[in-house]
Amino acid sequence: MSADSGPAAVSTRQGHASPAQPVSRADLFAYTMRLGDDALVYSARMAEWIAAAPQLEEDVALGNIALDLLGQARTLLTYAGHVEGAGRNEDTLAYMRDERDFVNAQIVELPIGDFGFTVARMLVVSAYQYELYTALTDSTDETLAAIAAKAVKEVDYHRDHATQWTLRLGDGTPESHERMQRGLAELDPYVGELFERDELVQRLVEQEVAVDPGALRDPVLRYVDSVLAEATVARPATDVHHRGGRDGVHTEHLGYLLAEMQYLARSHPGASW
Amino acid sequence: MTARSATPPDVVRAIVAQVVDPELPVLTIEDLGILRDVSVGDDGHITVTITPTYSGCPAVEAITDDVRKILATEGFAEVSVRTVLAPAWTTDWMSDAGREKLLAYGIVPPAPLGPRQAHDHKSVRPRSSVVTVALSQRCPRCGSPDTRELSRFGSTACKSLWMCTVCKEPFDHFKAI
Repeated sequence: MSADSGPAAVSTRQGHASPAQPVSRADLFAYTMRLGDDALVYSARMAEWIAAAPQLEEDVALGNIALDLLGQARTLLTYAGHVEGAGRNEDTLAYMRDERDFVNAQIVELPIGDFGFTVARMLVVSAYQYELYTALTDSTDETLAAIAAKAVKEVDYHRDHATQWTLRLGDGTPESHERMQRGLAELDPYVGELFERDELVQRLVEQEVAVDPGALRDPVLRYVDSVLAEATVARPATDVHHRGGRDGVHTEHLGYLLAEMQYLARSHPGASW
Repeated sequence: MTARSATPPDVVRAIVAQVVDPELPVLTIEDLGILRDVSVGDDGHITVTITPTYSGCPAVEAITDDVRKILATEGFAEVSVRTVLAPAWTTDWMSDAGREKLLAYGIVPPAPLGPRQAHDHKSVRPRSSVVTVALSQRCPRCGSPDTRELSRFGSTACKSLWMCTVCKEPFDHFKAI
């Protein structure tokens, strides 16, 4: 993004009840990074399907979804850098942080697996993002609200795409049904982290900046379960529950993803073409 | 340059409005509705405000460069191009002239969203409906309504891919968002 684009200021909407305390820049930066890292890492995973999907149209579809996510990530990271005020831009934040500094939920960093797993993840994550961005359009932070209003229309299409595939695979052949069900089972231990709330989010929820992740659980799972029921598959009840992504604790997979994503920018600082 | 500070904004806007979308070369940024504002400061500094169609639209950077180039050829050097997200662009910002050009080019233009949906995304689609019913698109070549969607995602983020079952030709549809 060019230097003179991007959000102009950290400003809150007029007319809202003023928060008890001014929003801390550190909090807003940290929260925006969570949103940005989710989009960035998930985009990188989705892009791995280009030229590897079951059909050409699907290469294009998943490539388009990856592009939407990348666009969201760029806007979010640009805004985070602006809020931080330390001179970091979208590229610095994407390429020059190490694994422990990434605050994405673990669900988006998991390898793409087979197409069944990919569709299961797309259904859950897009349903989550749809509810998240819908609610975030009411944020008192004008920039986050604007980014969300843009993103929700894109994510709506992703969710729709995931829905169509879930129905097709789940209620398809015995093999596709099996793969869809297995994908859901592999995914399940990572779903709960999306709905966790910590002190940072708590503060920002009180200030009407952030969306309460806990409040998203019901609508997201209601949507997912309604699709799964029609697709004749189900979310398994898992006792295992992984967490830690928001604190920079990741699965072994993220490091490899970052190595590939960051290699060029780190080996050739300032490269342009 | 001569006293450019006297240049009225509508003159500058008319120049900028000629810039085309690199991925839809029949449409200008004015047709597309992504040219939000052109202002000229007291010192002659020009600020052009555009908005992206999709968050990840790669055309935004090309358009930014093209705006600078076309203004430079007209002698305007002091130019800023701003990108704004709010209010979010919808296909309802596309002009009627733009829709006609798009159809003549072989791309089915987006259907109007209507005032309610365009301004309140939350009401676009009821939560309970799992499978959405997409309206058929009329083939831009033979006019047949007997078409089917091949993929919700086409050659760019803003289009879906369709096929006419009568003339068998594939075509793009500009998705309504």
